[in-house]
This record gives sequence, C-alpha cells and structure tokens, in this order.
Amino acid sequence: MTVHGTRTIRVDTLARVEGEGSLYIKLVGERVADVKLKIYEPPRFFEAFLRGRHFSEVADITARICGICPIAYQMSAIHAIERALGVRIDPRVRLLRRLFYCGEWIESHTLHVYMLHAPDFLGYQDVIAMAADHRAVVEKALRLKKVGNRIVQLLGGREIHPISAAVGGFYKTPTKQQVRDLVADLEWALEASLETVRWTAGLKFPDFEQDYEFVALRHPDEYPFNEGRLVSNRGLDIDAAEYEDHFAELHVKHSNALHSVVRGRGSYLVGPLARFNLNFDKLPEVACQAALDVGLQPPVKNIFRSIVVRAVEIVFACAEALRVIREYDAPAVSRVEVPNRIGVGQAITEAPRGILYHRYALDENGLIVTAKIVPPTSQNQKRIEDDLREYAAQLVAWPLEEATWKCEQAVRSYDPCISCATHFLKLVVERTDAGI
Amino acid sequence: MSSKSKPKPKIGVFKFASCDGCQLSLLDAEDELLGVAGAVEIAYFPEATRAMSKGPYDIGLVEGSITTYQDAQRIQEVRRQCKTLITIGACATAGGIQALRNWKDVDEFIRVVYATPQFISTLKLSTPIAEHVPVDFELRGCPINKYQLIELITATLAGRKPNVPTYSVCIECKRKSNVCITVAKGVPCLGPVTQAGCGALCPGYDRGCYGCYGPMETPNTASMTSQFRILGQADSQVARAFRGFNAWAWQFRKASEECERT
Repeated sequence: MTVHGTRTIRVDTLARVEGEGSLYIKLVGERVADVKLKIYEPPRFFEAFLRGRHFSEVADITARICGICPIAYQMSAIHAIERALGVRIDPRVRLLRRLFYCGEWIESHTLHVYMLHAPDFLGYQDVIAMAADHRAVVEKALRLKKVGNRIVQLLGGREIHPISAAVGGFYKTPTKQQVRDLVADLEWALEASLETVRWTAGLKFPDFEQDYEFVALRHPDEYPFNEGRLVSNRGLDIDAAEYEDHFAELHVKHSNALHSVVRGRGSYLVGPLARFNLNFDKLPEVACQAALDVGLQPPVKNIFRSIVVRAVEIVFACAEALRVIREYDAPAVSRVEVPNRIGVGQAITEAPRGILYHRYALDENGLIVTAKIVPPTSQNQKRIEDDLREYAAQLVAWPLEEATWKCEQAVRSYDPCISCATHFLKLVVERTDAGI
Repeated sequence: MSSKSKPKPKIGVFKFASCDGCQLSLLDAEDELLGVAGAVEIAYFPEATRAMSKGPYDIGLVEGSITTYQDAQRIQEVRRQCKTLITIGACATAGGIQALRNWKDVDEFIRVVYATPQFISTLKLSTPIAEHVPVDFELRGCPINKYQLIELITATLAGRKPNVPTYSVCIECKRKSNVCITVAKGVPCLGPVTQAGCGALCPGYDRGCYGCYGPMETPNTASMTSQFRILGQADSQVARAFRGFNAWAWQFRKASEECERT
C-alpha cells in the first residue's frame, strides 16, 4: 500500500515519564520528515547555584534534581568530590553504598517495569486500569517496589531525597542486625523478580533492532554501580576524568535541545541494555540463568526488550543486596572527616537509567567553584530521536492513534527522566492547548 | 440520582518546576495506592497515566514553582479548573531550591548553564504558587511526607481539617526520645525553627536538621542565628543554612539576608 499526504504524530504531554516533554513526528508520504522530542520542562540552573556551596551540601542539593533517582545524584556527587579531595573510604562503607544503589534500582526499575511501561504492552492507559484485570500482578509489583524502598529507608532515612549519604561515608550506618532484618523481604523479592523476568519475557515485542553504540561502566569483578572504566562496544575504554574529551553536546538543526554524542561517531545508548550487553559476564549466576532461560543474551538490540533487561537487573539487585548483607559488618567510623582543600574530581555512576557524570572544582575553603552534571536522559535523547526516525517509518500505514501510542511506547523504553535532563538542556518553552 | 451512581471525586496532579519527587510520593504509597485509586477518579496525572480527562477537578495537587511566563499563565487556568487547590512540597510552597536564583542575576545563570542563552525563557524569580493564585492548603516538605498527603486527601474529601501539625521538629525529636544533637554534640541544627512532618529524620541520623520542611509557625530565627554563632558558625555559613530548599519562605529569607548584612 502506498501512503500519500502529510501526517503528524503528535503527543503534547508525554505520559508515564518523569518530567514534561512532548513528541512530534512529521510523516510525508512514506518518509519520516521530522522527529522532535521536545522538552518544555523549565530549567532550574543547578550548576549555577551550586557555586559557592560547601562540598558537604552537594549530595543534598543534587538529589533534588530528580525525585526518582536521588541516590544516583548523591552517589555521583559524593564520588566526584571524594576524588577531588583524595578521600579513601572504608570497604564496609563501599559495600553499604552498593546496597543503597540496589535499593534504588529495585524501586525505580519496578516502578518503570510495572507502572510506567507494562501498561503499553497490555493496552492499558495506566497501572490503575491494569490492576482492574491484573490485581495480583500489580499487588506483587507494589510489594517488590516497597522492598527496594525499605533498603533506601534504612540506609537513607526516607525513600525520596534520603539524608544519610555523605562525603567520606554515611552520617549514620546501620547495625549488622538492622541490615540482616532485610533478608526475608529480599528473599521474597528475589523470587518475585525471577517471576518478573518470566512475565515480561512473555510480552509481545515489535520487531525492531538497531545498531547501537552501548556505553556503560565496566568493573573487573562486579556488575557496575559506582566504579569502573567507561567502555563501549565500539572500543571506548576511558576513566571518568577523560569523559569530556570523548563526549560532546551538539546543537542539532531543528532541535532546541542539546544532544550528547560520542565525539567523531554520534548518538549512543546508556542504561539497562548497555549495562547488560557490556557486563553480562559479571551478572551473578541467578540473574544470568534467568536471562538465558527466557532466551535473552547479549547483544540485545531491541529497545522494547529493555523491560526484560530491567527485570533481569532487579534479579541482580536482589541477589547483590543479599550478598552484601552476608558480608556486611558495621564500620568502626561511619564517615571519615574530610578537610577543605583545592581539587577537581569527576565521577560516573550507573543511575537506573544509565551513566550519570559529575565534575566539581573546589576552592581552599571547600566551596564549589564550578560544577558540571550530565544526566542519562540527555545522553539518550539523540538516540531516542534516531530510533523514532527508523521506527516511525515502519508505522506509516498504521492508523494514527495506534502509531502514536507505539511511538510513545518506544520513548518509554528508555525510561526517560526529563526532570533530570532539563537542568542542562537547551530549550524553548513551548506549550499547546491540549494539556494544562 | 442514587448514591450508588454518584461520581467519584476527580483529582488532577499538575507539575511546574520541580524534581517530580512529591507526586512520586503518591506512587510510593504502595499500601495505599490502590485504595486511593478506588476512592477517587485520577483524572489528570501525566506521570502515571496517558488518560487525561478535562476539568473541572474536585482536588488539584500542584507540585513545583513558577519560573516561566508560560507557567505563570498556566497556573491561573489550573486554579480555575480546581475546586480545592493544594500545593505540595517546598517548590510549590516556597519556590524550592531553584529560588536560589532570586538573589542572583538570572541572565548570568543562563550563560553558565546554557551555550545559547537566547533560547532560554525564564523569569527572574522562582516563586511559590500562592504568590500567583489563592491556595486552599500548603503541604510542606522536600519531599512531602506521603502519610500527610494521604491524610490531607482524606480530610479534604471528608470536609474536615487535616491533621498536619505546625510545631517544630524539636517536638518530634522529644517524642522519639532523640538526644538533642546540638546540646550533646554541638551540631548546628535548624530543628527549632523548622516545621515538623519528617519525623525528625536528620537528628536521628546524627546530623543537624537542614530545614527541608520550611519555617514552623512563628519561628524565632534571630535566636537560631545566635545559637549557630555560639556553635562557631560564620555568618556566611548561617546564611547558607537558611538558604536551602525553602530559601524564599519569608522567615528564612529574612534570616539569611540579616546574616549577609552583618
């Protein structure tokens, strides 16, 4: 069938994503003429007002960039500042930070898998409507999410903007017994996450594979959270300190947003798919096996399957949390004293959505001189548009409403966090009449 | 019409400049979410649903501060559409952390963060919702307490006053039998001037309160400032302490500006 005329796929308020964005795709005949993922989330200028704040305040402030992944912001900020100041942390604090991140991954991935993404696969507007037909699935999801939140609550005091992580350690570390009390919940969660892998693998996936450059941390011994070199399937292998030499933000014609690219190559993908493909050999046996049992092995090149990979990462996070708990003993000192001093430090950690880069320069009083933050969603943004350009071409003959929903589903595969991306994105505030 | 067919109250959730954390509190209420969803119609909540029904809404929950001309217009429309308008979180009730621009040159801020400043459209000030439209209730916190949110929704639907205390964090510390960290360890703590609601979290984790629930009812900020000075804090440090997530709340604003003047 030949399609004539001009049609527009337009979503004025992207739903089930964090933050405010819209989607615009122009189809002329069978050609995709234009793709824009527009961001109208207002800028908040974090890098600007961080200047003059003391390094001890940075983890609390940057957490407020994102209510969904505050721990990622705390971890990248703290590790960058510790590198700037040459701080060495207790190995038990290091373990605890891994446990902290496990909590955020379980919570954030479960939210995305069941509440934000699964309704697309099953044809529901939202998880509430889905619960009417799949009550047991949704109840299990809520309980799984709650286990992640329970870890965060113990280590950080509260789920959103936790208060205990600090440069040098934690304000207060839990006792061995408090951490052990999580075991029963986590054993249940591990089983629930294995069911999640099977459940998501049974969904129907569009046939859509792309040749991505995957970028993720890689650590010699473990699946990455806070440490490792930044690698890709196209030969990238660098330290966090070299990040800005290898990545750039470009202003693309017809787009008001800055796009992150690998210098000399182009768009790239960060997040679960990249981590899984580059670190499959570092997954614990139980997660590895869960993936293989449903026929999932690297390289996974279909972005829609990221929902299954996220489920595998929940398995990993539950198993890793249990491992950490077995090894954990409370450190003698919860945090080391860190004196003020001049320094520059960079760090990359793996937020649920992908790598999060921070750089800080500090003066002799420990005050921030300059700050730079590159969140995962801004790094994926160009890749999302590249995907849509290819994917929309497959949908030209579809009824507009179905094609629109499919494109939304593709965007949600990235679990975009627009609130995060905005504080640095270049944008034009644009609103239409459709939403208020 | 019979009571059976009586429509459920409609709730809309609206976002302005913010981190999404306060509206996430609703999804984080894992034990209560399905119950709430059964009692009301979630008519507009883009973070959770594609379905967007038009107003009017019985309750509007507003997250975020006003930082752009377009948002200053939009909040007027949201107010017209909502019978009861509730603001949630430090951004909506006090301008949020992004209100730190209010003491600076926002054009310089734009140049620091963005390479092409002419693309950025923003206001000089980040302001709370109540500076733009009448607000029926302000729920404090960065982030809000999800149990206070559920209580507030329940109370509003029942037509009663919500049980949200306006006393200080100190009362919560006493209730939890926390040893006062200022008295015992000499740690500066904003607890005496900060509204309760968090459950005195920070003192329970061996650190001073940093004021994320904003000023309590009639706080004695002058006394707080002298206490910080006694503990060895320079005026620049005291000013920074007040200039956090509720910096633009007038009591904290006044206190930080007084420190800068001395």
